[in-house]
Amino acid sequence: MQGASKLNKRENFWGYLFISPQIIGLLSFVLFPVAMSFYLMFTEWDFTNAPKWTGTDNFNVIFHEENFYYALRNTFYFVLGIVPVTTVISLVMALLTNRAIKGLSIYKAAFFLPMVTSSVAIVLVWYWVFAPDIGLLNNFLDVIGITGPNWLTEAFWARIAIVIMSTWQGMGYYYLIFLAGLKGIPEDYYEAAEIDGAGKLRKFFNITLPLLSPTTFFIIVTMLIGVFNLFQESFILTGGGPAFSTYTLVMYIYDLAFRYFRMGEAAVVSVVLFAIVLLVTFIQFRLSKRWVNYIE
Amino acid sequence: MNSSKRGNLLIHVILIIVALTTVFPFYWMITTAVKPSDAIFQVPPQMFPKHFTWDYFPKVFELMPMALAYLNSMKIAVLVTVGTLLTSSIAAYAFAKIQFKGSSMLFGVFLATLMIPGQVTLIPLYILFSKIDWIDTHLPLMVPAIMINAYGVFMIKQFMGSIPNGYIESAKIDGASHPRIYWQIMMPLCKPAIITLGLFTFIGNWNNFFGPLIFLNSEKKFTVPLIISSFKGVYTVDWGLLMAASTVAIVPIIILYLLTQKYYVQGIAMSGMKG
Repeated sequence: MQGASKLNKRENFWGYLFISPQIIGLLSFVLFPVAMSFYLMFTEWDFTNAPKWTGTDNFNVIFHEENFYYALRNTFYFVLGIVPVTTVISLVMALLTNRAIKGLSIYKAAFFLPMVTSSVAIVLVWYWVFAPDIGLLNNFLDVIGITGPNWLTEAFWARIAIVIMSTWQGMGYYYLIFLAGLKGIPEDYYEAAEIDGAGKLRKFFNITLPLLSPTTFFIIVTMLIGVFNLFQESFILTGGGPAFSTYTLVMYIYDLAFRYFRMGEAAVVSVVLFAIVLLVTFIQFRLSKRWVNYIE
Repeated sequence: MNSSKRGNLLIHVILIIVALTTVFPFYWMITTAVKPSDAIFQVPPQMFPKHFTWDYFPKVFELMPMALAYLNSMKIAVLVTVGTLLTSSIAAYAFAKIQFKGSSMLFGVFLATLMIPGQVTLIPLYILFSKIDWIDTHLPLMVPAIMINAYGVFMIKQFMGSIPNGYIESAKIDGASHPRIYWQIMMPLCKPAIITLGLFTFIGNWNNFFGPLIFLNSEKKFTVPLIISSFKGVYTVDWGLLMAASTVAIVPIIILYLLTQKYYVQGIAMSGMKG
């Protein structure tokens, strides 16, 4: 008995020691700041004077500000644009390549390249692709006799431009995850279905889609969180314009906090963003019980 | 030609089109950086440069402190990568292989923090760092990134979990302590996961824009993405220059990626598996 408890103590000691750097980091750089955000929401603070408790004033200000609704609306537009398009394209690509294909590793390397270089530098290249008058895309469209839209100066097209760029960037990553998911579906399911005389479509809808659903679920949840945090694409490509049509919640937080030094109000928006992400993820988990199948 | 061959050909055509789409912007960036300016604005666009110029590249380094930004980015990315690999692998080892009290509960807390968007912690962190005079230093970009990496802990823990306990049991019988088992047995076995996480971390930090944008003010502290962003502000339509600057920022990452890309594919398959 005593030997066992001594052993336990030793295990506990090493366990806590080994996780201590990450635990300290978690407390000081995640949990403490989150708690402080909840406090800041109820204060007025401009950085120079001491924070002042103002109750729910910040909420009143934010919920009456037009920019908040622009940012909220646009963020949802981007979610509705980017998530389905990227999911479908990467799934189709994965389905096409889930077999022996010559040079597949070269294709994979090419598809994933945009994700690796997802930096300001490549947004700059896209800025030129879409630029008015001298833009690359419209020049190419001109060659084949199409007059391209004003990508970055018309609200509708500016949003499309950001959807195109984000899809271009994320597709390769989600493609690789889908492909790994497809490889995880046991062959015998298909063999059994073939014996039953199932055709290609039946196999896809009755085997592939249901058995791939955990992967699809993972992809949708991760992508949603990513799109809710959209920032540098709009910041560099359109600056949030024209007329706030590509202005996102994170840009709004950035402006409130670091342009106008309205820290309390910025905290409100950041917590609202957090709440939306949590809520959407929670709803997805609830819905997932209806459509996600886990193989035992 | 039979139908399956025709199907294969069609797939290759589709794959080539998609691959051209993903690679083309990089091709265009690099070729524009070496085209003389009259060729850049040519309509229809010149697909293959006819004349080459190397004038833009020295300008990138003359007009902005790009060399310094390179050093800054390199320093931050290397230190964060080494640091986060150490702290997250040792925590992952504890969660995977040591039976200590509350381990599964604490691991759950780690996983839960993956849901918290960085923006929620941003404002308090900014306040914290300004109180301790860290604004306009590289510390806010390094210390939190080294000290907390829930994704890293999760990924390496999953990998360690798949290594049989037999290795550890026999080492324990030989009298090895946890630090020795971690360093001499587990770390070599986890090499693929370590390399993958290392690459992700390095590239993520190299590309980081939001953090430097907020925490850095003086140009001599700037990282590469910040310099690129200020290039855009100053030389709005000087495309040759802008594309040369982008090339300088991206090409090292492309080379690193091409050298190590098989680890990516593995690593992503690992991270997606949790489903």
